[in-house]
Amino acid sequence: MTSTALRAETGVFDTILQSATHRPAPELLQNLRERGRDSFLALGLPNRRQEEWRFTRLDGIGEKIFEPPDVVAASIDISPWRVNDAYLLVFVDGIFSPDVSEVSGLPDGVVVSNLELATASESNVVSENLGGLAGLEGHPFAALNTAIVADGAFIHLPAGMELERPIQLVFVSGSEGRSTISAPRILVVAEPRSRATVVEQHLGDGGASLSCPVSEIVLAEGATLDHIAVQEEEISANHLAVRQIRLAAASRYSAQAVSLGGALARTDIGVILDGEGAVASLDGLCLVGGDQQANTHLTVQHKRPHCNSHQLYKGILAGSSRAVFTGRIIVDQDAQKTDATQSNRNLLLSDGATVHSNPQLEIFADDVRCTHGSTVGRLDEEAVFYLRSRGIARDQAIRLLTLAFAGEVLERLPVEALRERLETVIASRLAEMADNPEGA
Amino acid sequence: MSLLELKNLHVSVDGTEILKGIDLTVNAGEVHAIMGPNGSGKSTLASVLAGREEYEITDGEIIYEGQDLLELDAETRAREGLFLAFQYPVEIPGVSNTYFLRAALNAIRSHRGEDEIDAMDFLALVRDKMKLVKLDESLLKRPVNEGFSGGEKKRNEIFHLAVLEPKLAILDETDSGLDIDALKIVADGVNSLRDPERSFVLITHYQRLLDYIVPDFVHVLIDGRIVRSGGSELALQLEDQGYEWLETEPAQAAGA
Repeated sequence: MTSTALRAETGVFDTILQSATHRPAPELLQNLRERGRDSFLALGLPNRRQEEWRFTRLDGIGEKIFEPPDVVAASIDISPWRVNDAYLLVFVDGIFSPDVSEVSGLPDGVVVSNLELATASESNVVSENLGGLAGLEGHPFAALNTAIVADGAFIHLPAGMELERPIQLVFVSGSEGRSTISAPRILVVAEPRSRATVVEQHLGDGGASLSCPVSEIVLAEGATLDHIAVQEEEISANHLAVRQIRLAAASRYSAQAVSLGGALARTDIGVILDGEGAVASLDGLCLVGGDQQANTHLTVQHKRPHCNSHQLYKGILAGSSRAVFTGRIIVDQDAQKTDATQSNRNLLLSDGATVHSNPQLEIFADDVRCTHGSTVGRLDEEAVFYLRSRGIARDQAIRLLTLAFAGEVLERLPVEALRERLETVIASRLAEMADNPEGA
Repeated sequence: MSLLELKNLHVSVDGTEILKGIDLTVNAGEVHAIMGPNGSGKSTLASVLAGREEYEITDGEIIYEGQDLLELDAETRAREGLFLAFQYPVEIPGVSNTYFLRAALNAIRSHRGEDEIDAMDFLALVRDKMKLVKLDESLLKRPVNEGFSGGEKKRNEIFHLAVLEPKLAILDETDSGLDIDALKIVADGVNSLRDPERSFVLITHYQRLLDYIVPDFVHVLIDGRIVRSGGSELALQLEDQGYEWLETEPAQAAGA
């Protein structure tokens, strides 16, 4: 192994890796960190000669030195993001903030806690599942996360438990304006026939930070999880997330991913349909302007018969922003009667924005239904004129039509208060963009 | 002062002259029908009045309520009381019919210096007006025109007209594609909206709409020129004789 060459590439992370090694943690996490560190150093940072990273510009990530996380409180007020009624865990730069978290009133048997605590109280479930799904092998930022992980969120739903109130996980990056690195972790283990809603939010606190969250979600037979992931980090921040979900028979996973912030925001999602009758619905929306990049790399693997997967990913781009959507559907030979759909629709609000849409179907079974479609276009000028001819100003017409485009994804969000807040955030972002369509 | 005055209007699209000198005067409360064969420039006239931007005005002027209409953008024209019922109403996925209509009404009210309409008042207004064109209440919540039948789309246009209460309504081939029952509903709706303070310009290929909406004036547009103007009896003559006998007529000044 040419470790010296690779070390040079990852050199800016040396201090971070060192400090992680010295941060006290339960043995389970320590062991995990060692594995992650080895993988990360072996993999090095990705480059654009690698197929998976061809369209991702990692500007500066290999040159900039990020600060290790510190135990500080965030300076931002998270209350506007607070979902009423939700059990709440807050992490600042990946470190748990018990003072602002709130998990009282959980039904017996449900565990919603920080991971460090869970390694002691739920050591079996944690050790069985943590690091089991998120491939340390292939993904450099999953490996980096694992190498420096300090803490994270742990959710365990016992069999048959239907949790009424949502669980909200808030991750604040770049605390007090610092260029920190954070490596939050999420582990959700849903036992048979359990059900819950998880709202995952990534917020910025002013710093040009790097966050590389890794989520692992394991759904047992008949379990149902609604997962809303909202990324609103600073416009100067980097967000490289990895999310892995495994579904057992007759389980359902429904996700809406909304990506608004970040200079570079990339999410790699892997879904394995590993039991008959499992269903995964994956919706996404990104709104980017300026020089922002939003990348989604989605792999859905149908391993068993009679599973459904549906993807609807929409992008709204202004300025000279770039969006990448790679949607891979793999249907194994055993996975007969698969029903898989994929739709990627992009709306360009400026001449300078670009979209790379890459559907990839690998089908090894013969009795399946797989459809995919991809569009990149401008707003329908006839529709804009129709609205104007009824008295609605051009910029308002554009905003209205753009919101309607986003609405197809937003209306699927099962948490109403969050949906309404996102509509407001997106509307005001669109208003800013309307003032400066090529630059916003 | 007349509500609308077209003087020697010449309009081109991509260098081809479509309207070749139109003179037309519409006073408050009048209903004018503009008839003509396909390709005569009828829809171009409607589009130019509503403010579509792909047309080049090469000569002449349009005066609306004493101001130069061509100086106003489409939304300002609408707020000043001009309404175009589209020949092909546009489907707007994701925007409900009521949401759209309320945004439009509030834009017009705000232009007049009025407050936004109260939600309950708006609902009452909408319920009242939809009866005029027998529009099903379910179409209020649906996205604008999406999945509407051809007849529903045209009735929806008249419904918008009824709610927005313009001073000048231009109906661009609102009768096309309608069966006789739908045509009667649309015509009844329009007739109930006739008012001394409201004028209509009906653009149509066929005479049959004018059986139900009796115009004050009929103008025949052929090859970009108004070749004949008259009363409602002119429409009947066209029904009998077609347009051929007029196709060699020299252009004449039209108006009231």
